[in-house]
Amino acid sequence: MTTHPIDEHVHELGMPAFDQRIADAVARSVELGGEKQTTLKAKDLKTDQEVRWCPGCGDYVILNAVQSFLPSLGIAREDMVIVSGIGCSSRFPYYMNTYGMHSIHGRAPAIATGLAASRPDLSVWVVTGDGDALSIGGNHLIHTLRRNVNLTILLFNNRIYGLTKGQYSPTSELGKVTKSTPMGSLDHPFNPVSLALGADATFVGRAMDSDRKGLTEVLRQAAEHQGTALVEIYQNCNIFNDGAFELLKDPLTGTQWSIPLVHGEKIVFGPDGASCVVADGWGGLRVAETNQVDEADIVVHDAHREDPAYAFALSRLSSQDLRYTPMGVFRSVAKPTYDAMMTDQLEDARSGQPADLDRLLRGSDTWTVEA
Amino acid sequence: MTGTTSETAPQTQASAPGGLVKDVVTLDRVVIRLAGDSGDGMQLTGNRFTSETASLGNDVSTLPNFPAEIRAPTGTLPGVSSFQLHFADHDIMTPGDAPDVLVAMNPAALKANLADLPGGGLLIVDSDEFTARNLAKVGYAENPLEDGSLEGWQLVSVPLTSMTTDALADSGLGKKEAERSKNMFTLGLLSWMYHRPTEGTIRFLERQFRRKPEIAAANIAAFRAGFNYGETTEAFAVSYEIKPAPMAPGTYRNISGNQALAYGLVAAGVRSGLPVFLGAYPITPASDVLHELSKHKAFGVRTFQAEDEIAGIGAALGASFGGALGVTTTSGPGVALKSETVGLAVMTELPLVIVDVQRGGPSTGLPTKTEQSDLLQAMFGRNGEAPVPVVAPRSPADCFDAAIEAARIALTYRTPVFLLSDGYLANGAEPWSVPDTDSLPDLRVEFATEPNGTDAAGDPVFLPYLRDPETLARPWAVPGTKALQHRIGGLEKADGTGNISYDPANHDHMTRIRQAKVDGIAASLPPTEVDDPDGDAKVLVIGWGSTYGPIGAACRRIRRSGRSIAQVHLRHVNPLPADLGDIIRSYDRVVCPEMNLGQLSLLLRAEYLVDVHSHTQVRGLPFRAAELAAVLQDVIDSTGPEVQS
Repeated sequence: MTTHPIDEHVHELGMPAFDQRIADAVARSVELGGEKQTTLKAKDLKTDQEVRWCPGCGDYVILNAVQSFLPSLGIAREDMVIVSGIGCSSRFPYYMNTYGMHSIHGRAPAIATGLAASRPDLSVWVVTGDGDALSIGGNHLIHTLRRNVNLTILLFNNRIYGLTKGQYSPTSELGKVTKSTPMGSLDHPFNPVSLALGADATFVGRAMDSDRKGLTEVLRQAAEHQGTALVEIYQNCNIFNDGAFELLKDPLTGTQWSIPLVHGEKIVFGPDGASCVVADGWGGLRVAETNQVDEADIVVHDAHREDPAYAFALSRLSSQDLRYTPMGVFRSVAKPTYDAMMTDQLEDARSGQPADLDRLLRGSDTWTVEA
Repeated sequence: MTGTTSETAPQTQASAPGGLVKDVVTLDRVVIRLAGDSGDGMQLTGNRFTSETASLGNDVSTLPNFPAEIRAPTGTLPGVSSFQLHFADHDIMTPGDAPDVLVAMNPAALKANLADLPGGGLLIVDSDEFTARNLAKVGYAENPLEDGSLEGWQLVSVPLTSMTTDALADSGLGKKEAERSKNMFTLGLLSWMYHRPTEGTIRFLERQFRRKPEIAAANIAAFRAGFNYGETTEAFAVSYEIKPAPMAPGTYRNISGNQALAYGLVAAGVRSGLPVFLGAYPITPASDVLHELSKHKAFGVRTFQAEDEIAGIGAALGASFGGALGVTTTSGPGVALKSETVGLAVMTELPLVIVDVQRGGPSTGLPTKTEQSDLLQAMFGRNGEAPVPVVAPRSPADCFDAAIEAARIALTYRTPVFLLSDGYLANGAEPWSVPDTDSLPDLRVEFATEPNGTDAAGDPVFLPYLRDPETLARPWAVPGTKALQHRIGGLEKADGTGNISYDPANHDHMTRIRQAKVDGIAASLPPTEVDDPDGDAKVLVIGWGSTYGPIGAACRRIRRSGRSIAQVHLRHVNPLPADLGDIIRSYDRVVCPEMNLGQLSLLLRAEYLVDVHSHTQVRGLPFRAAELAAVLQDVIDSTGPEVQS
């Protein structure tokens, strides 16, 4: 950004160069404080605030992974904003030395939408949980996804309400016994990836808190994506839902039930690649024994497929007990972003007829009373 | 007829338009009500007549009144839509208590409105619509045009529909389509009756239907036919002239409240040099502000139609965090949904303008009718101690200035601000002296650009809650600003650092300082204007918002009758002006008329321990000046000499 003397553009012609004052303030801060630092280390992103999650919480692992990964983007920490809702995961912004807002329950995608739409120069992140994003904030989540605002949503899914001490969440399995459901929950759970794809999300990925490599790879692709990226991160709550993802974390069962997704590669998984994914003949997908099918019938993962039905079919392979859970990037397609289109409309409007406040206020039908 | 309440006698002169000798009567004021089916285009007709009238230089005030249903069944009472306008050769304050002229386009419109037309008033009806079927729909056993029941009025039956279709016989339009122009025929007739200029309407029709030239031509033909009919028919022997009202020199235009409010927000963006970001969800009667602002992208105005009310205000607050002037527009039910986010804005101390175009409540209430019943919701409708300034416009044109004032407070004090308009202001219109934009308030604020404190080690740090000693506002550091990264949120903040704090003393301190910041706004307000021309009034009438017109008109009546009364009208309801307590206590009696059950009265009594006389009405319509004058008269009479000192 170039430096402009503050206010120079404001009152000429009765119009503002509308984002100029923001740019001026940023430029002035650089004059005063030196160039923004874009080569960061993980420690540069830590704050002086004591991290207050329960010892052993999966959130620590995710925080460390994010702090280690973000510097690779080459973005100054002043240009990053993390917006969260309410819940354990939503304390995240306090521990990140970026701009941040710990907002109210479920509303982070809406708040981030206003910020991202009006400040396309920023890297905007939403940190949310399964209760925050899928229960109280479900409406904002789906609408943010369909609009394709340029922001990245990290949905920490621990399948439980932690901060309110252990009620079932919208991703808890049917029949779950919790404080509020002593005889078992009656709610069928959401599959967050299926929900996002149903909302036509342009980027949907899934990763495991403890899998640093896999998580970092999904985060990298999500950050590069232009538009709304949803990353579901399975996160262990060791107090209220310990071991929720053990089936996938355990080295033995994990290999059996996780389906790693790599764009352009055949979807083969399990011990010795014994399982694979093939078309089910009904427009969906199914798991098959690799040695029982033609190799040519094994699905080659294509995250860029325009029709979300394929990625949706992938998401439906898993059941609520987590068997056959695809991990990685389900879908990553290019579509115009909301903020870019909004900026284009503003530019078009400005080039059409310059803003003139006097002319606007007078309108087309005036009369004059002489002195 | 129309001169019954005039101060000057009608003056008659002869003229000879179109060969017929017709009288021209000069009047000082007229109130016309146009009533028809929702599909008859009464609002459009009313708005056009208003524009013609305003451009002639009359003072004008309007009252649209329409059902919430877009198209109730044709010809039924629930489907009746009306538009009342009052125009005069002098300064007027209300759309008029009762019409002098009623135009009824069908039996339902007659039935719904006749009771409001004083005896002797002029009644123009479309006789074509008084069919057996239409009469039966609204329960007329006999045709009132024929049974003598309308003898008490000056009835003029005109076959408006068939004359319109006759005029359009060669237009190529089908009968049904041609009939739709009957409102323009009616407008033409009224334009002749009141000597209104016709060019503006013709230009408007050409513009409106530029893609359907045959429709434009038909409407213009019907409009001219109506005008010519007036000139040639013997049904109307006189026409009326209302001279321009003396107004302060300047350039004027006609403007509605919602349009003025939207323009005020655009102007606030220009005068602050900040981009305006509107997050809104459609809701009656606020949607027109969204529509208007969406046209002004060239000014850097971003409009975001959100998925719900909560997302609307959330996005606006997010944009404010990013350095925009965040705005959300809604009505009462929407405010209820936004409350939690308003609290977040109080806690994060970011600028935000919340426009509440009030309507009848509670719940869905009366979506298209006016009321002032959200005052206490704006004041107190949040969890915790969450003070929010409240600003209210007094007239349609005043919505412009009130919007700028709301933005000033939001930007200066870094706080959410409620702007309480209402349905009457939103849809009503009046002439507006277009301001010189250079004379508008300078709303520039400085963003923080460098650290403002030092840490224990003496290194520079940014303290997001270090306050301006005068305004108590915190610094506004927008994302992107070097070295000022910080975290805000809904949890209680430690004074200065803004870190999470559960410390009891800190919470007490922060709660009080947030209140003190809002209270301190009073120091920036000009002295309260007291309208007490005689200087010896014992009774003070105090109001806020759209009651300004009716209260002012009632005060004029009182004074014309030789009594004294003082009037104060509040622009700021929170904080109340610093001098208000002394003013209130200097009168023997204080009357507070409101379109709610006494919400401002409650606040005034609590604040000043004064026995405020509350006069209330919640009919979905503005007060009538005459009724209000009678109430004030009673208070003056009961105050009596014994309490005079």
